[in-house]
Amino acid sequence: MEKQKNLAKTQRYDKVHQEMTAPAIADYALIGDCRTAALVSCDGSVDWLCLPNFSSTSVFARLLDPHGGSFSLRPTQPFTSNRRYIDSTAVLETTFETDGGSARIFDCLPIVDGVRQIRPMREVLRIVEGVRGTISFHASIAPRPDYARLASSPELRNRLGWFYAWRNEVLNVQTDIELSLEDSTLCGKFSVVAGERRYFSLSYCLSEPAIIPPLGETADGRLESTVKWWQSWSSQIKYDGPHRDIVVRSAVTLKLLSFSPSGAIVAAPTTSLPETIGGERNWDYRYCWLRDAELTMQAMLGLGIREDAGAFLDWMLHATRLTWPRLRVMYDIYGRSGLDEHELPHLAGYRGSRPVRIGNGAHTQQQLDVYGEVIFAAYTYAADGGVIDKAGARMLAGLGEVVRSTWREPDSGIWEVRGPRRHFTFSKVMCWTALDRLIALEKMGVVKLGKKLGAYEADRVAIANLIETRGFNSEIQAYTGEIDGDQVDASVLLMPSVGYRDANDPRVRSTYDLICQRLGRDGLLQRYESGVDGLSGDEGAFGICSFWGLEQVALRGELALAESQFDHLLSFGNDVGLFAEEVDSRSGEALGNFPQAFTHVGLINVALAIERARHGRPNQTRPK
Amino acid sequence: MTPDIAMTPYMMESLVLWGLVATTAMAAILQLSQGLGLSRMSLTFLMGSAFSGDRSVATVLGFVLYIIGGWLFAFLYFLFFTSIGIYTWWMGSILGLIHGAFLLVCVIPLLPFIHPRMASEHHGVTNLRQLEPPGFLAMNYGYQTPIATLVAQAAYGGVLGACVQIQHAMIG
Repeated sequence: MEKQKNLAKTQRYDKVHQEMTAPAIADYALIGDCRTAALVSCDGSVDWLCLPNFSSTSVFARLLDPHGGSFSLRPTQPFTSNRRYIDSTAVLETTFETDGGSARIFDCLPIVDGVRQIRPMREVLRIVEGVRGTISFHASIAPRPDYARLASSPELRNRLGWFYAWRNEVLNVQTDIELSLEDSTLCGKFSVVAGERRYFSLSYCLSEPAIIPPLGETADGRLESTVKWWQSWSSQIKYDGPHRDIVVRSAVTLKLLSFSPSGAIVAAPTTSLPETIGGERNWDYRYCWLRDAELTMQAMLGLGIREDAGAFLDWMLHATRLTWPRLRVMYDIYGRSGLDEHELPHLAGYRGSRPVRIGNGAHTQQQLDVYGEVIFAAYTYAADGGVIDKAGARMLAGLGEVVRSTWREPDSGIWEVRGPRRHFTFSKVMCWTALDRLIALEKMGVVKLGKKLGAYEADRVAIANLIETRGFNSEIQAYTGEIDGDQVDASVLLMPSVGYRDANDPRVRSTYDLICQRLGRDGLLQRYESGVDGLSGDEGAFGICSFWGLEQVALRGELALAESQFDHLLSFGNDVGLFAEEVDSRSGEALGNFPQAFTHVGLINVALAIERARHGRPNQTRPK
Repeated sequence: MTPDIAMTPYMMESLVLWGLVATTAMAAILQLSQGLGLSRMSLTFLMGSAFSGDRSVATVLGFVLYIIGGWLFAFLYFLFFTSIGIYTWWMGSILGLIHGAFLLVCVIPLLPFIHPRMASEHHGVTNLRQLEPPGFLAMNYGYQTPIATLVAQAAYGGVLGACVQIQHAMIG
């Protein structure tokens, strides 16, 4: 009896242990339709999906809790899997190999014209195709709406499939295999032989009757048209260097993180993937950070994606009107700024990393660098031949006035450090950049500063004086993270990229050396020294900072070093070329929200800088 | 009880106007029920998609047809008021409720058989037929759909009844 009890206890612990061991962050791949996105694990499970948009509530959240809901298609036999994206697309192909045969799953969110046709609002399409022999699968579909707070049991409507309905939302599960309901999860077993296809469609509608997409050839057509759409979009990418595959993958990822109805780009499609496993740095990244604006614009224009760059600038200038002339740190996909932060205590968190947060408390912070980011992005767009209308020009001039009146104030800095505001050097650099680019825009005839031009120039000089006298610590021979400080911060690596100082400037070079010395970990960089953010525990190396450092090397023209370091950094991406926010420098494991737009932006900009250095083209970011 | 009112040109103009007001009130209530998450039924979209597979055309066309339908029904309501000789808002509301119940029980269940783009639970979906059928009392579109529909229809009848009641008070 005691033995039986112990066995039951052991089994229960094993079960708990198994549930807490979620797949590695890098085991996921991203699919999406430029409105929302899903994460698919390498063992065939859709573990994260928010509907209808990126920042809506989740339907699948197994990523954050074993009971958060998932959509799994998994071989019943022991298997190995490998995966790839179909060339230059966001259509994922996962191939499973077992002793009995092999099969592949095509996963996508179809991109179809929903205006001239009647299509569901969103659809996840999964097609299983036998490749060799016979292979059996187990299907398990368990939507758990509203971050698994709503209990929703499905209703079978004969040949129309299973329906999950809650509030004014409906999710329809269509498949050509038989499913049965087991503990509120739809389960089924099926086999495929070589050449045979099985279909799974999960369609979603909000506030209207459901549209139920057919399976079979029509589903094949949706898959094919989605592949063609992505290939057509990718064909406009103007980069022919040796890293084209990874650059295209980064560009496609950036596109996947864009919200096409508004042009916004979310930082990442996930929330609360931890910056350290078990740690408290778990944030919601399903919003749009203005701090990413300029580098994103540079990346898009550098790749020749002008239409998306224009949409992004439009979103920035129009969506931020509600708070103009003040800018918030972040906005949602429609430009709303009330992103109050809440915790979801019922979710266990990724591998037990709590709390799980939705919303983001940093939205109320003052972050002065965002003014420079937006104005610089507009300048880059205009310098590339883009047109900024009069209303946009007035908005930019209004932002300039805010910079002139606030640059002496402390802020929360680019890293959104919580607690008392401080005088961050990088915030001053971006205030300088804001005024510098506004003056340039004035000279281009885009913005009218009129009699204030002299005052703008005087403020620009004053900011530079502050940075050079008190933002540079001559004892350590480096620009510091804070004015009058003695700690370094990776953000100042951007000085050459924003045109504040040349990459070969002695002060910039010595700062680079000290940052590598203090923040470097196996060729990667952390963003700041321990303790700066006041939070307990450590965090991983920051992907974007590593790319900033490398970009500086490329800007210096040290091509061989830049290329070898670039190859090293690329090794931290996952098998399908996706990068997280951070990397654990000890294990190389991806950390933080995934995939991270900012990291991919950094990757693209480094690739472009290397390419320009290779061809001897100037890396000009500042007006002559 | 009120005496008979003859259909004068003046009455016709008012009826056209109040028919529009009543239809608007009904549409607003149904739209509100969608917005509040009570129902996913969109009568405008259901009507429009019967004639066009283009979502934008279907939405606009459905709205136009819905307004015209609401106007035409106003005349039937007026005929009813005339035939029984009661011209009050509450009689209009009762008539609206009966009308709504008739729609829910008899007309809407017929849609899968007459709507060219609506799927049925027995035949499944095809390339053309992908629209979710309404089910019993249109409850496939949400369990509150019958209530929202009845409230909207009652408001429609009530507004028309009130129109004639006010008209009568002004004349008499």
